[in-house]
Amino acid sequence: MSAECSCACSAAPTLIFACSGGADVGALSDLAARKLTRDGKGKMFCLAGIGGRVSGILKSTEAACKVLAIDGCPLDCAKKTLEQAGFKEFRHMRLSDHGFEKGKTEVSEASVAAAAAKAGSLL
Amino acid sequence: MDIKVLGPGCAKCKETEKVVREAVAAAGVDANVEKITDFQQMMQYGVMSTPAVVVDGEVKVVGKVPSKDDVLAWIKK
Repeated sequence: MSAECSCACSAAPTLIFACSGGADVGALSDLAARKLTRDGKGKMFCLAGIGGRVSGILKSTEAACKVLAIDGCPLDCAKKTLEQAGFKEFRHMRLSDHGFEKGKTEVSEASVAAAAAKAGSLL
Repeated sequence: MDIKVLGPGCAKCKETEKVVREAVAAAGVDANVEKITDFQQMMQYGVMSTPAVVVDGEVKVVGKVPSKDDVLAWIKK
């Protein structure tokens, strides 16, 4: 991440990547990241841009103050995607480690709020 | 060669444009340097902080002023 966390014109952001996977916990990771963005904790950013090696996405992530990856399950797709693009220093949260069981998690306003609170505590 | 300097116009963004123009002149390359201040245009490159420099569509740096040597390395082929 960036050593300098501020710029005179545009502060280096806190970026949040969600696995946004197909399972219920993947959906929860996505919605939690969007809630954190709405709540001003950071800015959800495009994990697909990391996978696709989109230069602006990669360079913006390099310049970020903090990066949080939210995975739904132990497959850790968001974490691995970041690592394979060369990112080493980021915070990581796996929802299934916090009581959100894959295949048995209801995606609701309450569960999104709970997941966002857990993930937000890492920022 | 197409070079875009992205930034709303703060001191660091102005410095970046200056460094880029100096490097282009020093390298003697044929390049069009354009300053982009519109945030929506910046977003199209996936850039989340400024200043940023884009060379022929590829974002080379975000969030800091590049050195002249950095820019020379990007534009010399």
